[in-house]
Amino acid sequence: MNAARPDVPRVSEPLVHREQQPADLLIRGTHVLDPRAGIDAPHDVLVRDGAIARLGAPGSLEAPEGAELIEGEGRHLLPGFVDPHVHLRVPGQEHKEDLDSGTRAAAAGGFVAVVAMPNTDPVVDDATVLRSLREAARREARIPVGFFASVTRGLAGEALTEMAELADAGALGFTDDGRPVHRAAILRKALQYQRLCGRVLALHEEDPSLSGAGVMHEGEISARLGLAGIPSISESTMIARDSAIAGYEEGRIHIQHLSARESVAAVAEAKARGVERSRDERRGEAGDELARRTRGRISAEVSPHHLTLTDEAILERLDTRLKMNPPLRSEGDRRALIDGLRDGTIDCIATDHAPHAREEKEVPFEEAPMGTTGLETAFAAVYTELVVPGVLPLALVVEKLSAGAQLLGLPTPRIAAGERAAMCLIDLDAEWQVGESGYESRAENCCFAGRTLRGRVLATVAAGAVVYRERAFALSAA
Amino acid sequence: MRHLLSIEDLDRPGIERILDRARSFTEVSEREIKKVPALRGRRVLNLFYEASTRTRSSFELAAKTLSAEVINFVSSGSSVEKGESLKDTVQTLSAYRPDLIVVRTPHVGAAELVARWSPAAVVNAGDGKHEHPTQALLDVYTLRERLGALDGASIWIVGDVLHSRVARSNIQAFTTLGARVTVCGPPTLIPRGVESLGCEVRYTLDGLDEADVVYALRMQKERMTESFVPSLREYAARYQIDGRRLGARQILMHPGPVNRGVELSAEVIDSPQAVIGQQVAAGVVVRMAVLYELLAGRTAPDRQLVTA
Repeated sequence: MNAARPDVPRVSEPLVHREQQPADLLIRGTHVLDPRAGIDAPHDVLVRDGAIARLGAPGSLEAPEGAELIEGEGRHLLPGFVDPHVHLRVPGQEHKEDLDSGTRAAAAGGFVAVVAMPNTDPVVDDATVLRSLREAARREARIPVGFFASVTRGLAGEALTEMAELADAGALGFTDDGRPVHRAAILRKALQYQRLCGRVLALHEEDPSLSGAGVMHEGEISARLGLAGIPSISESTMIARDSAIAGYEEGRIHIQHLSARESVAAVAEAKARGVERSRDERRGEAGDELARRTRGRISAEVSPHHLTLTDEAILERLDTRLKMNPPLRSEGDRRALIDGLRDGTIDCIATDHAPHAREEKEVPFEEAPMGTTGLETAFAAVYTELVVPGVLPLALVVEKLSAGAQLLGLPTPRIAAGERAAMCLIDLDAEWQVGESGYESRAENCCFAGRTLRGRVLATVAAGAVVYRERAFALSAA
Repeated sequence: MRHLLSIEDLDRPGIERILDRARSFTEVSEREIKKVPALRGRRVLNLFYEASTRTRSSFELAAKTLSAEVINFVSSGSSVEKGESLKDTVQTLSAYRPDLIVVRTPHVGAAELVARWSPAAVVNAGDGKHEHPTQALLDVYTLRERLGALDGASIWIVGDVLHSRVARSNIQAFTTLGARVTVCGPPTLIPRGVESLGCEVRYTLDGLDEADVVYALRMQKERMTESFVPSLREYAARYQIDGRRLGARQILMHPGPVNRGVELSAEVIDSPQAVIGQQVAAGVVVRMAVLYELLAGRTAPDRQLVTA
């Protein structure tokens, strides 16, 4: 693979963040749960100079000189979460969020890496914008951040961006998120071009001719409220179309924020086809095993709000914080998403953290912009609504909250000796009311506002540094 | 009841209380001096973000007949055109200390927001395609005058249900008072899931003769351009209520303004079955009753309730 311009060096580090003091910590007697490493038991965990130095039986490790001691008993230590889908609003919309506040919110939610979408102003559609954005993140981001570039210039859906140069400049993938790639021929060309530049194509699936002026899920609730509906088929028909195109071009696509039952079925069908294809190919074809394995591969994400809320919430209160795209759908859709997450049709949880300013959301429902914040509540919402009632096992949720990393070719956080520390300490029993003591995000448009959730992130270590301490926890430790 | 935002705010006794009071107000309009001092010194603010003739004038007449002061605020030529948000407009106008705000907007839920942002009582005079509760009240008033009671009556609502706030409020008011409601129109103009409001759905006028009441909705011309119906001609051929389709003992209603020759033929508009004029007259006494219900015997709104 060649750089588009040979004089421009290729970026070696996919994620950037500001320099921080590497942590020296002993977390004593904490319950370590790392499903991938097969750990689910109390341990002492020693972090030296930002790296996990040792795991020992509870009470077996001593805090060395200069290391901070954290009491971990009754608390869980999890591999840090990775969010492949957030909006940090930089450049151009810093009144909604910025790199500092957005990554502070992420750290408060237990995230150790996030990937920002390119629908900014200007759009991240050329390497100059991307480079300056990465420079800014190197100064401001509290946790490692990666950036997607757009598939089409200005998100206009007409002309491809310089994908190869953008990939060399550090684009983790390509997406027109917020909008679909409406023209099938453009998507096809992007998938052909993917053979040159690599990287995943992440797709916001929506047929605008079906979603029209819709502001919520089309169904009984929209009929009662007189609000224009967004039918489930506006999403699922585009997934069917795009997975067919990706299959034909043997491209690698990732479906963003699934919301409908029909969409889960469409992804499941596409995955089944992909498996058959690679089995056929393995017979004859030679070549790079990894390339072959991921070719024609489709992955999918789901948000905490689509897993836990339905359009019924909008009937209770016409709250603009409940307005997002794709919309909250019916209970049947919600159950299908949970089943899809459980059976592997859906690969990971992604928040689609979409901050907006207060004045933008303090308007009638139809006028309000789409989007909810989600970084600070992701774990607690899923834990409270799905793990506590026994719908999903905790280990599965923990795994899905960082599974986005592997999909984008990023390292997956692990709690194992020798790894750079990327983890979060959580009190599963702590109850808190969302928004009661404000948000770390600059924005307040959280769809869980006012709800009482269980599971509080007490501290987060990202890229080897302590990047967040919950206020009361920090005080008690001092 | 503090506000009238949705017809759901009223149970059956609540609706009947307002209708009874409205009836008692009819006598005022017969007088030489058409005024009673019931709401003297109270301030009613008409806040209209959409064009409206009958709703606004009937609220104004209702308020003035009850001796309230009326301020009219219409969006054209106002600060709204300079980009003022609904919240700022409401908070600014609240400084005039209205006791009650009548609000009409093109946005679903906007009346509820006004109620949140102002200490005044709020009457929803139409919020987008959501609700128009005083229209529903004047319609049930008109029907009760004709039928005595709605219990067991069969009411067909015909036309563009998808874009109609009148349909949504009326389905609920009619069923609350014991009527059976059928909505009928082209499938493109019947919202998916509307059965959940407690009505039946039909796509043709076959069976219309079983209706006691035929309630025709306004068919807006712009629906043609969005392909909801291929042409007004085809719509009229299948859904127009005309002399052949309307039975002698059926009651014909329409919320106005009528598109003559589209949803109704000229002959039925002027027929004895039509109660369209009675609906308009009922509008004034019903709105008097609503204003009275919300304001009489109530102290001025508590300023402490103003929230930022």
